[in-house]
Amino acid sequence: MLIDWFTVIAQVLNFLILVWLLKRFLYQPILAAIDAREQDIAAKIADADAKETEAEKQREVYQQKNEAFDQQRKTHMNEVLKGAKAERAQLLDATRQEAEDLRGRLEQALRNEQRSLDEEISRSTREEVFAIARKTLSDLAGTSLEQRMTEIFLDRLRELNTAQITELKSAFKKSSDTLRVRTAFKLSADQRAAIETVIGEMLGKEKAVAFDIVPGLVSGIEISSDGRKIAWSIADYLGSLAKRVDDLLKNKSETEGAAPADSTATPVKDVDNSGH
Amino acid sequence: MNLSPDNIIYWQMGFFKLNATIVFTWGLMLVLVLGSKMITRKLSTGLQRSRWQNLLEIIVTGINKQIEEVGLKHPQKYLGFLGTLFLFVAMASLFTIVPGYEPPTGSLSTTAALAICVFVAVPMFGIEESGVGGYLRGYLKPTIIMLPFNIISEISRTLALAVRLFGNMMSGTMILAILLTITPFVFPIIMSALGLLTGMVQAYIFSILATVYIAAATRVRTTKPEVEPEEATEDKTGSVSKL
Repeated sequence: MLIDWFTVIAQVLNFLILVWLLKRFLYQPILAAIDAREQDIAAKIADADAKETEAEKQREVYQQKNEAFDQQRKTHMNEVLKGAKAERAQLLDATRQEAEDLRGRLEQALRNEQRSLDEEISRSTREEVFAIARKTLSDLAGTSLEQRMTEIFLDRLRELNTAQITELKSAFKKSSDTLRVRTAFKLSADQRAAIETVIGEMLGKEKAVAFDIVPGLVSGIEISSDGRKIAWSIADYLGSLAKRVDDLLKNKSETEGAAPADSTATPVKDVDNSGH
Repeated sequence: MNLSPDNIIYWQMGFFKLNATIVFTWGLMLVLVLGSKMITRKLSTGLQRSRWQNLLEIIVTGINKQIEEVGLKHPQKYLGFLGTLFLFVAMASLFTIVPGYEPPTGSLSTTAALAICVFVAVPMFGIEESGVGGYLRGYLKPTIIMLPFNIISEISRTLALAVRLFGNMMSGTMILAILLTITPFVFPIIMSALGLLTGMVQAYIFSILATVYIAAATRVRTTKPEVEPEEATEDKTGSVSKL
């Protein structure tokens, strides 16, 4: 007999006991450990999810902050740029104003210089003209410039018409002052006598005649009394000469082709002609 | 030469006796329980754990998964019975590598005892699941004519369980013994290795058949429309357990 029934019963009992023991010592602890671990992992995953959500929220918050900061920075930048632009415009205005002032002063200085230059030219031209005239007169006619001036002056007096003489007479008679003969140069005794004679012929001899030397007359001669005067001087010629020189220089600068020798000769000729 | 370890009797008093089957069974029980106790004494619930704990976890979850794959909804309820069946048979054949050891499963008494346990457990689990009436109605399906055939099938499959395991384990030991007398070198080692493989396969077959019988008993009432949702939940639990 292959089956021993006592052994069968014993083995059934043994097996049942083994089932109970293994349940107690193997399956339950192992399954409990696995469950605990799974719960732990699930908890960790949940925790990680929560943290991720939190991190996402934080990220959004920081992103918003960043955007706000960018916006603020842009606004500040715009304000600063606007301020800088305004400041620049102000500085430019100030600089322009300063430049205009400076230019005005410069123009003024130029004008002053021009004027003094004109005066200098006028003065030296006059001296030149006188020197030339003096030389020419002494060479050609053997007479002095002053002598010739006096003669021309006297000729003028003689050439006055009756109406003019009458007017002059009445004017000179009204004034109580002496009759003053002003010259730019000193007159010789002959010349003085000649003048006194002519005046006496024309206006009567009751008036005393005084002679003054005034350099400002610009090489001229005049008789004055009580606002009336008869005069001859080179000043008029000089004025016209200066004007012509100016015109000529302007023309020259505009058209740079004119012959310089002719243009300088012309006014001297004119003056000479006018003088006679 | 002994055909069964039952014949090796160490002690006897009337009906009671202490043969090699019982002694080696006790030895196996001792090893299993002590080993489990020693390993599960310091279980870690964290991610770091000992190699032995890993081994036990693999075994337990593997058995659990197998039961589930066969089609039992709550594998942990059957884990104690089916898992112990597998572990006992597997350990019994594994220890054949120890010289002088006689596998208790090489005795028809042990395999008969295990088969009787399955024979009792199947209706027990079935009744627990569907009630006495529900379980018994399963024998009348599809028609009442099938009742005797169902009963015969129930008894014969139990007998087959017992004889299959006994035959395989006994033959393995027997072949080894015969070969040792003919060719004492090398060849018995190969046969021993083959016997280990056979033993493991038998352990798997025995426990998986028991699982199938229990599954069949517990799903006796199940009608067709309910099958699909059940399978769906099984898939879900299966994927969960894989995780």
